[in-house]
Amino acid sequence: MKRNKFSFFALVIGLMVVISGCNSFGETEKTSTKDSGKSDGKKEAVEKVLNLNNSSEPGSLHPGTAEGTHDSWILEHAFEGLTKKTPEGEIVDGMASVPTSEDGINWIFKIKEGMKWSNGDPVTAHDFEFAWKYALAPETASEYAYQLFYLEGAEAYNAGTGTVDQVGVKAKDDTTLEVKLAQATPYFLDLTSFYTYYPVNKKVQEENPKWFTEATSYVSNGPFKLTEWKHKESVKLEKNENYYDKDKINLDVVNFVILEDENTAWQMYQSGELDLAYPLPQDVQGQLAQSNNKEFHNGPDLAVYYYNLNNDVKPFNNIKVRKALSLAIDRKTITENVAQGGQQSAYSVVPPGIPDVNGDYQENTGNLFTEDVEEAKKLLAEGLAEEGMDKLPEFSILYNTLAGHQKIAEAVQEMWRKNLGVTVTLENTEFQVKLDREKAGKYQVSRAGWVGDYVDPMTFMDLWTSDNSHNDANWKNAEYDQLIKEAKQTMDQQVRMDNMHKAEKLLMAEMPIIPIYFYTKPHMVKEYVTGVYTPINRYPQFIYADVDMDAKE
Amino acid sequence: MIMIRYILHRFMWAIITLWATITITFIIMHSIPGDPFAKEGTMTESMYENLQRYYNLDKPKIVQYVIYLKQVALLDFGPSIKSKTLTVNDYIEKGFPVSFHLGAQAMIIAIFFGLILGVIASLYRNRWPDYTSMIIAIIGISVPSFVLATLLINFLAVKWSFFPVATWKSWSHTVLPSIALAMMPLAYIARLMRTSMIEVLNQDYILTAKAKGLRKNAVIIKHAIRNALMPVVTVLGILTANVVTGSFVIEHIFGIPGIGEMFVKGIMNRDYPVILGSTVFYSAILIFLIFIVDVVYTWIDPRIKVTGASK
Amino acid sequence: MAGKIDVTEEMFAPAENNFLEAEKISRPTISYWNDVWRRLRANKLAMIGLVLIILLCLMAIFGPYMNGFTYYEQDFTKKNLEPNAEHWFGTDASGRDLFTRAWYGARISLFIGLMAALIDFVLGVVYGGISAISGGRTDNVMMRIAEVIYSIPYLLMVILIMVVLRPGIFPIIIAMTITGWIPMARLVRGQVLQLKENEYVQASKAAGAKLSWTLRKHLIPNSMGPILVNVTLTIPTAIFAEATLSFLGLGIQPPQASWGSLTSDALGSILIGNFYQLAIPAFLISLTMFAFNVLGDGLQDALDPKLRE
Repeated sequence: MKRNKFSFFALVIGLMVVISGCNSFGETEKTSTKDSGKSDGKKEAVEKVLNLNNSSEPGSLHPGTAEGTHDSWILEHAFEGLTKKTPEGEIVDGMASVPTSEDGINWIFKIKEGMKWSNGDPVTAHDFEFAWKYALAPETASEYAYQLFYLEGAEAYNAGTGTVDQVGVKAKDDTTLEVKLAQATPYFLDLTSFYTYYPVNKKVQEENPKWFTEATSYVSNGPFKLTEWKHKESVKLEKNENYYDKDKINLDVVNFVILEDENTAWQMYQSGELDLAYPLPQDVQGQLAQSNNKEFHNGPDLAVYYYNLNNDVKPFNNIKVRKALSLAIDRKTITENVAQGGQQSAYSVVPPGIPDVNGDYQENTGNLFTEDVEEAKKLLAEGLAEEGMDKLPEFSILYNTLAGHQKIAEAVQEMWRKNLGVTVTLENTEFQVKLDREKAGKYQVSRAGWVGDYVDPMTFMDLWTSDNSHNDANWKNAEYDQLIKEAKQTMDQQVRMDNMHKAEKLLMAEMPIIPIYFYTKPHMVKEYVTGVYTPINRYPQFIYADVDMDAKE
Repeated sequence: MIMIRYILHRFMWAIITLWATITITFIIMHSIPGDPFAKEGTMTESMYENLQRYYNLDKPKIVQYVIYLKQVALLDFGPSIKSKTLTVNDYIEKGFPVSFHLGAQAMIIAIFFGLILGVIASLYRNRWPDYTSMIIAIIGISVPSFVLATLLINFLAVKWSFFPVATWKSWSHTVLPSIALAMMPLAYIARLMRTSMIEVLNQDYILTAKAKGLRKNAVIIKHAIRNALMPVVTVLGILTANVVTGSFVIEHIFGIPGIGEMFVKGIMNRDYPVILGSTVFYSAILIFLIFIVDVVYTWIDPRIKVTGASK
Repeated sequence: MAGKIDVTEEMFAPAENNFLEAEKISRPTISYWNDVWRRLRANKLAMIGLVLIILLCLMAIFGPYMNGFTYYEQDFTKKNLEPNAEHWFGTDASGRDLFTRAWYGARISLFIGLMAALIDFVLGVVYGGISAISGGRTDNVMMRIAEVIYSIPYLLMVILIMVVLRPGIFPIIIAMTITGWIPMARLVRGQVLQLKENEYVQASKAAGAKLSWTLRKHLIPNSMGPILVNVTLTIPTAIFAEATLSFLGLGIQPPQASWGSLTSDALGSILIGNFYQLAIPAFLISLTMFAFNVLGDGLQDALDPKLRE
């Protein structure tokens, strides 16, 4: 009897061994047979493989429902829109030739000849119409539908108050796509290279609405096609032989591992398991930037890091108090010692890299204020006196949980304590809760960031109009609203840019928000990988990249 | 026969427990602030309403609860909010085998070495084998798993290239995360086993057995270890449940596609279907394991009455 | 009636009232706890543990004031310095003094650990004990309730606590103990169930002893060993769990520090070769662990009634 009880334990443990011996590694075996099959076809050359990491399992690889960089980084390589951008940022022909529009409202795109889907079907204007209308449909519940609200009737259709036929996009025939916008939009061509504007193979989706959930049924029209997707584990792209420009594509295979932890991704890069690492851990960035490492690259990013001040809460309703807080922050220390990614201190809100009528918009703006601790002290005292207070009451900085935000918040907290004698507490919450509280106005100071949707200052400037849903600072200024409204109604670049410059000056004079820095994109690429480029509003692109496989070995 | 009635009785209770758990979870989940659709970008009211409708969140809470209970009964938890690709069932189907593999491997390491260390320590009490195993145990429980994981990767993978850094592709990929996950339960089991062994070795029946002239090893194996296992078995259920259902931290650091990560991220994202689906799953496993432990318990020690069976 | 004895009053001197003394045991009664203390003192290792704990507590009280730095002041010109004469434990990535922060962290970590252990212990012993002694249906219901609480996603409860109460030290302690007492309760229950059937307990029951007496004289002393060891393990577990919460961003609010937040903050610094930032809090956690463990072992021996001489 007693022995039986022991054999039970032996059995349990034995069972565990057997179970763990089972294969939990997905379809590893299948892959290897696939690989060996392929090598027969390509005897002459070694496959060129690029390995990198995607920070999260893609939520959707359907252009209509994709949102966020973990989706778009893959989509940008698997799809191509009506237009595309060169590594230099110039808008050139994609699936269609670049049209011009007199009024900025009516656009006619001609699909070029020989454009094919990865399954061999021709790419037609109908595919675009279908894709855009799908993304807008209320049943689709796309979180990126607003990207298409430039089209006439689009917002109404999404809201259920208009019909699908009223949406301003129509395929006249297989190759002609007519687009009508709600109002003149000078940067519309830029948008047509954005992923929500990518086409979807109408035939494929009508046959199989779930086509985008597995690699086996996936059809795309870009330089690469999806050939393997082990959910939450890895994504494999291979060169699309049906792509019109395939001769310029050097890579045969691109392997994404899905890895959230930046530290681990960096360690995989160190051990040679990855060829490109982005984003990098903060501590590592600092060290790499200083060491002149040849593999270290940096690029501008169309994004600004700032603090919201809740203008509805006393004493943040006072301009002098707001300015005092802004002037007491040492941005150089933050960018060089805390963020450490070669970021540029921000003394305005529109980041560099956006063309003005002449030159760069941000350079033309220059610094709209200067840091000055003495001035800050003076302003704070005056401001508090105006509000009938003798001391700034204790308040908290709200930020969403992330090591990077925490370190910056700690630095700002300490600067305000030291320079202004203010007691500040930190409060981190999850992202969802932070957004809820900002919307409800239940905060004093909160960390925020904005990434531009398109390359034009307007993507930043309309954030602080009175009715904008993202105006969490609750700042209202009629003059600002008027300037932005005028700029939105004209195609005249001179008027638009002038208005936006004026508006930005006004914004910084009142300081409802405190800009901290402009983001950058520090990343590591092994020396044997060439041709990676970083457009201002995209992750590093490897469409034209090449790998020296001999050097890699 | 008593055993069968006992098991049936416990099974009924398990169902009630499960129901209570998922109901409380439902209430807590909906009382936590934070909107699953909140985001920094533009969100018009109509877009928001479309999303609410898509996930049945526009309905009254009680209707949502009924829908949810129906889903539980049919074991179909519907689509995830954050992924338009995978359903909650997909998540569990893909994630659990991985977490289970990792957890089982870790538990084997933990039980095997934990028991050995504990027994050795108790037999060589206050001599160097005791100190050595207890130092191992102390290090095991005093280094947080995220530190251990980072150190293991830094040395064994990056510096010395014995193992791959991360991801889940082959057996060699499983070694480091298994060790990192095993350390805590290993140390725990070793400590508990040592204590329990010492206790048992001083019990009358062991002393009697020794006095009767039984050889030392026979005594130890036949009596001591079996009796000393009791407290270890008690905690084993919960330990195993925690380890097998995945450790978020280890899965996160090693990029392992298990359900631990899905669970934590589901909660962080307020992905209601994912939270509820994984709660049902997690609770079911936990309750099942506790049940197993209780059965084993009554089996090891026949003196314990099978409660409830008499009624 | 010859030989009449003259009984006089003098003959009846009061007896000296020493018949009570006669019953007295020559050895002084040593109370159970005195005995425990006496045996604990004889155990060198346990005393080392005790001294270490006292030292750690003293350092937690005085350490933050010992070298003139504050736990919050940043100096970016002195960031990531290795231990030196000025900064005894070096500085962190923001140039804050790690010696001060480490002992400030000790304060918070030890407090969280001790409070969590205390609450777990009390709740666990009361709940587990009642459950086991009552037996039958009560036992069953109580254990199922514990299972329900244990099955509700822990993180969900923690987030609810943190969001409602705002992050801080007391929400963390609540978070630690909300499910932490359950393993303890199960352990206590298991111990009591086992002991309940033991011969001497049965005997005392048969002899008509009251439940409270049985509890005090037999059950508690006999089950104390494993329970105390579990308590000593609860302290590290709580310090640990706090570290994991820090890792998830639900820990203590900066610039306050705990050992957990110090280790989790230092994680990235391993990548650039700054091991000391991680090694210091990790070593302090280990030291605490060691101290509580050897003390726990010593206590176990000291508490074991069978070893009583």
